[in-house]
Amino acid sequence: FLICVAIRANYPLYIRSVPTQGELKFHYTVHTSLDVVEEKISGVGKALADQRELYLGLLYPTEDYKVYGYVTNSKVKFVIVVDSSNTSLRDNEIRSMFRKLHNSFTDVMCNPFYNPGDPIQSKAFDSIVSTMMVQAC
Amino acid sequence: MDQGSAAGTGGTFISLSDTEQRCYSGLYALCQPDSSGKLAAGKVAELFRASQLPAETLHQVTEVCGAKRLGYFGCGQFYVALKLMAAAQAGLPVRLESVAGELPLPLFIGITNELEMRYPNHPSTNESQPHILGSLTGSAPRPPADRPVLRHPDTSTDKQEAWSPPRSPGISPPRSPSAYRSYPYGAQRNGTDTLLAYDGKVAGCPSVPQENSSPSHYSLKLQPEQPVITRVASVERLVERAEMDYSDDPWRITEEQHEYYTNQFRSLQPDLSALIMGTVAKNFFTKSKLPIPELSHIWELSDVDKDGALTFPEFCTAFHLIVARKNGYTLPETLPATLRPGFVEPGVVPAPPSEATEPLIVFDDNMMPGANQLEMGSVDLQMTSRPGVTSKQDTRDESRKPEFSPKRIPDPHEKPIQHVSTLKPDSPQELDANMKSRTRPRSYSSTSIDDAMKKVEEPPTPPPRPQKTHSRASSLDLNKLFQQSAQGSRPSQHSLSAKSGWLPRPPALPPRPPATQIFSFLPGSEKSSQKAVQQANFADFSKFREEQESSVRGGLSTEDLAPPKLDSTLRHQGHAPQKPVRRKLHPESQSATPPSAAPYSAATLTKSTQRPPPKQKREIQMAIRKNRETNAVLTRLNSELQQQLKVVHRERVTLESQLELLRPVAST
Repeated sequence: FLICVAIRANYPLYIRSVPTQGELKFHYTVHTSLDVVEEKISGVGKALADQRELYLGLLYPTEDYKVYGYVTNSKVKFVIVVDSSNTSLRDNEIRSMFRKLHNSFTDVMCNPFYNPGDPIQSKAFDSIVSTMMVQAC
Repeated sequence: MDQGSAAGTGGTFISLSDTEQRCYSGLYALCQPDSSGKLAAGKVAELFRASQLPAETLHQVTEVCGAKRLGYFGCGQFYVALKLMAAAQAGLPVRLESVAGELPLPLFIGITNELEMRYPNHPSTNESQPHILGSLTGSAPRPPADRPVLRHPDTSTDKQEAWSPPRSPGISPPRSPSAYRSYPYGAQRNGTDTLLAYDGKVAGCPSVPQENSSPSHYSLKLQPEQPVITRVASVERLVERAEMDYSDDPWRITEEQHEYYTNQFRSLQPDLSALIMGTVAKNFFTKSKLPIPELSHIWELSDVDKDGALTFPEFCTAFHLIVARKNGYTLPETLPATLRPGFVEPGVVPAPPSEATEPLIVFDDNMMPGANQLEMGSVDLQMTSRPGVTSKQDTRDESRKPEFSPKRIPDPHEKPIQHVSTLKPDSPQELDANMKSRTRPRSYSSTSIDDAMKKVEEPPTPPPRPQKTHSRASSLDLNKLFQQSAQGSRPSQHSLSAKSGWLPRPPALPPRPPATQIFSFLPGSEKSSQKAVQQANFADFSKFREEQESSVRGGLSTEDLAPPKLDSTLRHQGHAPQKPVRRKLHPESQSATPPSAAPYSAATLTKSTQRPPPKQKREIQMAIRKNRETNAVLTRLNSELQQQLKVVHRERVTLESQLELLRPVAST
């Protein structure tokens, strides 16, 4: 399974998961991962976009999933949670996923009818995320 | 369809006369009701537009009849809407009260003259109704409803009867042959042939059963001509007509609409080739009273180049979508081909659309015409795909010109192509912000020359390095350096970096000295400490040196990002021309004090300058200074990068070890 989240100021603007059950757990995971993201971006000398953070065995070994984070220049965080059994996903693929997310997000932002801080309701964004997740799973 | 109850809407029962009932039933059938009785919104909207009522009125009609409330047109709503339209066309306000009385049948475009002609006849005959019906129900698969019409007493009833049987088989074959066949007849019937646009539409979507009924209707309305001919002639006429207001595609912008959009654009932005900013467009479109999510969706559809601003074609697209939405069309998920800004009709004048004589070219390819505006030298791979598409589109436009389809809609879509190219210079500004935001994540390397340049200004002052036995090392270095320096001033510096790698490092350096201070280095002062330090790092340096390119002065220690590194480079560069002098300065104090160094450096300088001609030397030294600066920057950059590389390596190692540990656990 795969979950993509866009978070702004610690409030999720967009959450999408492929298997739609058990979402609550992922919400929790995403929330806790925010802490690590914060820690990373406040790190010294790091460049603008943290392309990746990797969690292994975050909570329990049984619940093996990896959490990837990405931060944009405007401190909008993207988090992707993937199942560790999904070992086919390589780092580069995750990076490209983040890049696509970022692109679509900027497109959404360009829309003058979109107020930053609103939940993202753009269909184009949805479709891009869907194709991405279908590809990944 | 239950015509009797159909007129009820929201509890109010509106009575329909027979003619109206028949007419409406035909229209209803025309609008392709589905199983639950709801009408296809597209067809309904087309019909409404055919009535040539202003959009506001149509909107009102939709509201009043209850369709807006329900979200669709059921039979009742449709009937009421038709009545309201008739009322509106008669000049009455759009309200339910207006439809209580007897009203003429609603007019649909193209029929104006005929209906006027028939209007007086209306009470007496049923011609008008069948006329309308004929045109509309041409596409309506409702033979049962049509039959009563057929039987309507009319002038040409018998004719009609006689015609109907032969007609059905006659209609089955494609309409166009019959159209051509009857063309000469059609010419005679100018006044009466005008068909509803729907007929034209019907022509576009031939379906046999529909055709059966339409000819019959035509016969009704007209005089002794083959209804086929009539209808066909009207179709011909429609085809001939440049202003085809409806085509079978509600997503095509008509001429009038385009003019209207142009005027609106001008009111917002006088220059047709410029952009409307997002906020301006937002305010403007918000006036249309559509809900914000829909406006947002419309924006997404129409802003193909995603620059947060609307070009003129994008504006037309957006406006058209808004108009369509207000008329009840649901918004498409993707932009229809005919609304794409790059949709080109060759031969159309960019100016206010005149009667275009070239047919419309239907362009089905997926275009991103505005994409070439993004050609801003973006590094991003995704973005580069767009310019590629744009160029493709341009070539396609050219190839399309020779192909013409019989349909004609004057749409100055060529403008977009021209606009697109003219917009290129404008778009860079709009896109800059986006570009930055988009390309920024692409530059994965955290350090760049810019960063390095910034770091150049950092004023760290590390403590002086401990001095070890320097004599041997220094002498070695000196020798080496001396040999290399003998080759020349500047070239030697580079060769030095390439070969020896050791460049004496000044221990305690003041904050990164500006170029002017380069020569103030005291060659000698550094030596001892430099060499000591260098010696300590010698092994590391050599490793790093190999990695470095010749442009960067290798040999700087990257273990610590101490500025002395940089300064040492600078100093080092300063050494080369001053080699012979250095030895003399060797016994100097090791604290590199610029003031003390200054006289020596000056001495060395003067010494060195004496040999070549003074002017040349000065120039050379200026150049040297600049080179030193850049070298210093580059070495600093290099050192920083290597430091980060080390850190990352360490992290990676730890993570991998963790992974190793956890993997067996996870797999169990």
